[in-house]
Amino acid sequence: MIKVFKYCFLDLIRSRWTIVYLLFFILTCGGLLYLSGDSAKVVVSLMNVVILLVPLISMIYGMMYMYQVRDYVEILLAQPISRKSIFGGYVLGLSAALSVSVALGILIPLAFYDAPQIMSAQWLMLTAISILLTVIFSILASWLVLANENRLKGFGLGLFIWLLLAVIYDGIFLVTLIALEGFPIERLALSLTLLNPVDMGRVLLIFQLDYSALMGYTGAVFEKFFGTLSGSLIIGGAYLLWISIPLGFLLRKARKKDF
Amino acid sequence: MIEFKNIQKKFGKQHVLHGIDLKFNQPGIFAILGPNGSGKTTLIKSLMGMVHPTGGQILIDGQIKQGNEYRNNIAYLPQIARFPENLSVNEFLDFIENIRGKATRKVELMTAFGVNEFADKKLRALSGGMRQKVNLVSALMYDTQTIVLDEPTIGLDPVALIALKDWIRKEQGAGKTILLTTHIMDIVEELADEIVFLLDGKVYYRGSQQELLQKTNTPSTEHAIAQLLTLKKAS
Ligand SMILES: Nc1ncnc2c1ncn2[C@@H]1O[C@H](COP(=O)(O)OP(=O)(O)O)[C@@H](O)[C@H]1O
Ligand SMILES: [Mg+2]
Repeated sequence: MIKVFKYCFLDLIRSRWTIVYLLFFILTCGGLLYLSGDSAKVVVSLMNVVILLVPLISMIYGMMYMYQVRDYVEILLAQPISRKSIFGGYVLGLSAALSVSVALGILIPLAFYDAPQIMSAQWLMLTAISILLTVIFSILASWLVLANENRLKGFGLGLFIWLLLAVIYDGIFLVTLIALEGFPIERLALSLTLLNPVDMGRVLLIFQLDYSALMGYTGAVFEKFFGTLSGSLIIGGAYLLWISIPLGFLLRKARKKDF
Repeated sequence: MIEFKNIQKKFGKQHVLHGIDLKFNQPGIFAILGPNGSGKTTLIKSLMGMVHPTGGQILIDGQIKQGNEYRNNIAYLPQIARFPENLSVNEFLDFIENIRGKATRKVELMTAFGVNEFADKKLRALSGGMRQKVNLVSALMYDTQTIVLDEPTIGLDPVALIALKDWIRKEQGAGKTILLTTHIMDIVEELADEIVFLLDGKVYYRGSQQELLQKTNTPSTEHAIAQLLTLKKAS
């Protein structure tokens, strides 16, 4: 696994597209920091970029890369190594390379702008959420590739999942909240948030930035939840599930598939 | 020793292998023949663990095949040569060695197939025949008891074809078990100790070339195979 991981990581880190991805974040983050000067506002703007773009790029780039791998993987399958170490290695390499790009893309400009802030909770949270979303969507992408020999269908499903989790879900969420106005729906809102890793990231950041007041009573309930230890544990657990369940699907598919 | 016991394979509704029983318990060159789509590649991939049979067993040296270590002792040439396209030939071979360990016969093979001449070229820039040469080097560079070649001659120029035949003969002399599929009957006539003919997912014939000629009453293996195919069509 380590060998495949190392190969994949180095391959991706040197790739033109990974560097473009890194530069994009350096420019966006650096630009926002120097133009606005208010680091909390920059975190919010970056959050909106991260929440839409990180899942999208991880999904599309991940699928493009894994379809390439799928093309030549027979040569690896003929070697005396397990399928788990092959696909585990690739998924790890993909997640790691994209995570490094995003994390460096955010932290390098910040280091130049105001290095001590790297250790501040809001920036750490933004970076952590970027990495979590990268990992989750890289795993989803790899799974979709193995599950769909038909690339058009694979990419279609990938885009649909991204659209659903990063765009549509929010709309449904809002409509639900509005439709059920007047009912005690905080629990529902909380559960809906925990079901979506993108939303969860957004909410975590918003509360880290103390914008909860904007969300009224629901906000207060959320804040209470996120403030407690059990709340943090549940969020951690939800992210763990969002990583381990798709990873389980991926490894299962890798084990069962005919190549 | 390799033994297929009642191997079945279905892809969805398509029943490709209907109970294959085959035993290769001695050294030699075994040509696996059969029309396109008869399941030759599927059978070989079952041995390599790339395809999961829906029924039956594969035994390696008398033990039911399991794990991945057994592939240390098999060299496999895939039918279609696909590589990480952005690597050069050398980088690709290093990649395989990094995973499987030092290859003892890389240099010898690269010289034999003339791969040295384009070893620094990117794989994506290679022609079909050049790719097949790289495929051969990466498959054969480990010294293994069993060698499985799925249509090894595709795209090769005459010089490389001779090099390949020489290599196969040398391995035969060294007591290796070599399974190969091909549609080139010259190769079969020249090299094969035994012929396995697959048809409709079953072993239709297994035996030496002489027996086949006697049975079909034909002057050459080429005619014999053609006859098997036409008989099949007529029935
Ligand atoms: N992964 C797969 N999924 C579905 N069908 C397959 C797959 N691999 C092979 N087949 C089908 O199995 C049959 C046998 O294929 P193959 O073993 O490649 O034949 P051969 O190598 O003898 O030409 C063909 O009809 C092919 O379409
Ligand atoms: Mg074939």
